[in-house]
Amino acid sequence: MSLAFFIQYLVAGITYGTIYAVVGMGFNIIYNTTGIINFAQGEFVMLGGMVAVSLHPHLPLPAAIAGAVLVTMAVGALIELIFIHWLSKPTVLRMIIVTIGISILIREAALLVWGHDVRVLPYFTGNEISSISLGGALISPQVIWAVAVCAVMVMLTTAFFQWTMLGRQMRACASNRVGAAVCGLPIRNLVTLSFALSAGMGALAGCVVCPITYTQYGMGTGLAIKGFTVAILGGLGNSLGAVAAGLLLGIVESFTVSALPAAYKDTVSIAILLGVLFLRPSGLFGAGAATRA
Amino acid sequence: MPRLGPMRPALLRQVAIFVAVFVTMELLAVAGEKSFLLTQVTMSAYYTLVVLGLSLLMGYAGQISLGQAGFFAVGGYTSALLTTWDLSAQRSVGWVAGAARVGLLITRTDAFGAQVLTVHPWPALVCALVLTMTVAFVVGIPVLKLKGHYLAMATLGLGTIVYSIAVGTARLGAADGISGVPPFPFLPGIGVGGSTGARIVNYYVACGILAAVMLLLQNLVHSRVGRALRAIHGAEDAASAMGVDTPYFKVRTFVLGAALAGLAGVLLTHFNGAIGPSEASIMKSVKYLAIVAVGGMGSLWGTLAASMVLNFLSLRGYFGTLDDAVFGAILIVVMLFAPQGILAIDLRRALRLLRPVRGAPVDPR
Repeated sequence: MSLAFFIQYLVAGITYGTIYAVVGMGFNIIYNTTGIINFAQGEFVMLGGMVAVSLHPHLPLPAAIAGAVLVTMAVGALIELIFIHWLSKPTVLRMIIVTIGISILIREAALLVWGHDVRVLPYFTGNEISSISLGGALISPQVIWAVAVCAVMVMLTTAFFQWTMLGRQMRACASNRVGAAVCGLPIRNLVTLSFALSAGMGALAGCVVCPITYTQYGMGTGLAIKGFTVAILGGLGNSLGAVAAGLLLGIVESFTVSALPAAYKDTVSIAILLGVLFLRPSGLFGAGAATRA
Repeated sequence: MPRLGPMRPALLRQVAIFVAVFVTMELLAVAGEKSFLLTQVTMSAYYTLVVLGLSLLMGYAGQISLGQAGFFAVGGYTSALLTTWDLSAQRSVGWVAGAARVGLLITRTDAFGAQVLTVHPWPALVCALVLTMTVAFVVGIPVLKLKGHYLAMATLGLGTIVYSIAVGTARLGAADGISGVPPFPFLPGIGVGGSTGARIVNYYVACGILAAVMLLLQNLVHSRVGRALRAIHGAEDAASAMGVDTPYFKVRTFVLGAALAGLAGVLLTHFNGAIGPSEASIMKSVKYLAIVAVGGMGSLWGTLAASMVLNFLSLRGYFGTLDDAVFGAILIVVMLFAPQGILAIDLRRALRLLRPVRGAPVDPR
């Protein structure tokens, strides 16, 4: 493999990897505040892309994207308010099944509204054929947009959790729910907020990759499996671990496509997921326990 | 079965009701000249086998599986592949000739009128079941060490792998699947599949198999094994402390559930004469999950009733393009409001709440 090809595959891997990282972080935010794994996480990415595509004819691109993020955040918050907010102590099995049901409903609603067709946003700068040369490899400007936006998003989220009052309250809620409630924190509202935040992150990621990977109503399940793989690989609840694991998974996947038929691309990430669950359930960087749940 | 003595009258009554309901359905369908409906009832009966296996796994062993459609597909595809793979070009090869001589292979006429030499459906069934159970066993040992989300995601992943293998492999027909599967010679003169003229025979074969499986499962859950499983569901650590070999029972139930799914896959593939990758899709597994949720986890009769009704409605196309959405909504509603299944809803208590009362409000509990 020549250097140019190597860089080409590497960049493709990093592009997909950043999406996986963002979906994985979304899993972590909700898991941290509620202990729930939200199986509808991938649908947020799909919704973000779809809403932006629908808004774009009427609004300039940045406004369309902002609108898509807000709409998806509202959907995330609504889901929490309708289905989860009022349950007092749901069992894990019950919550898994409910979020699976939610993911199907969102997907079917998207199918009714947007149909089977693949939707696409225009490139943020340049077009399909403009490219930047790097070591002989050709890189689309949209890839740089995607990676940059996701990187900024990860940094802002980390800063939010580290340094703002709201972020700290959410972390308090994550580390000890009862303790946080005793201190007077509005636990239930923080949970709603975590759903909105997680949905918004997914939606933004869905918008920036829409020009490259396109958006289709059924894309959520695959993203959810990969995002979950990344969240586990990085140690469930560990956001920076998820970022590292996301990039790793994206790059591994990208290079397997160069060796295996593309139909087996998803199989590779699932095999990684199963391998990690069987051999190192605490993740590469974490110290949780998959058997505890 | 002497040690099941006290159980038997109840069991006999249940079986009698089962037989009565299914015979009545057949007679009504024929009398009303709607016997074409029996085709969907037959298919529902086979899907019910899958759902019963899942109900056992979820309700008794307390383990979730989103890979049930995968096991169905492993069984169905194995049987379809073996019974349609024409070996007549290899007739002179030693093992093919030997297998043909002992009756493992049969010569039949395919849909295009050509003579083909394929594996006999019975040995194909055995291969399919052995393969399904082996996969379930090998996968089950590590997977069932996981709990909650991890188990759900791992089984979802397994289902996805089976699906992508089915779609991505040319030998398995890729997106088209395998068609031209011959009828299954269940007994001499009685086959699963074939012409529409054999519809009523097919219906009774399916009901008979379903009844036999129901009987076996009823015996199982009321035996030592069933008590051990319920103990695991109730409190796994406590069961383990009481000396129940929890990993053994979990894997055993997983393999049994997979075997039922594989059996259903084989029979339904022969009945339809074809199988496609959609049988392995995640949505199928989720549908099975929804049906178990409606029937009530751990209630085999509830699951059977829910499965027959929902599968029939779905197969007849009553839900139209909203089929998937209906099952998604069912999942959510049942899990939010009646996590024990809709048969567990105490209607009398609910109605008491609606009765007009005088004076200060009183909690009827």
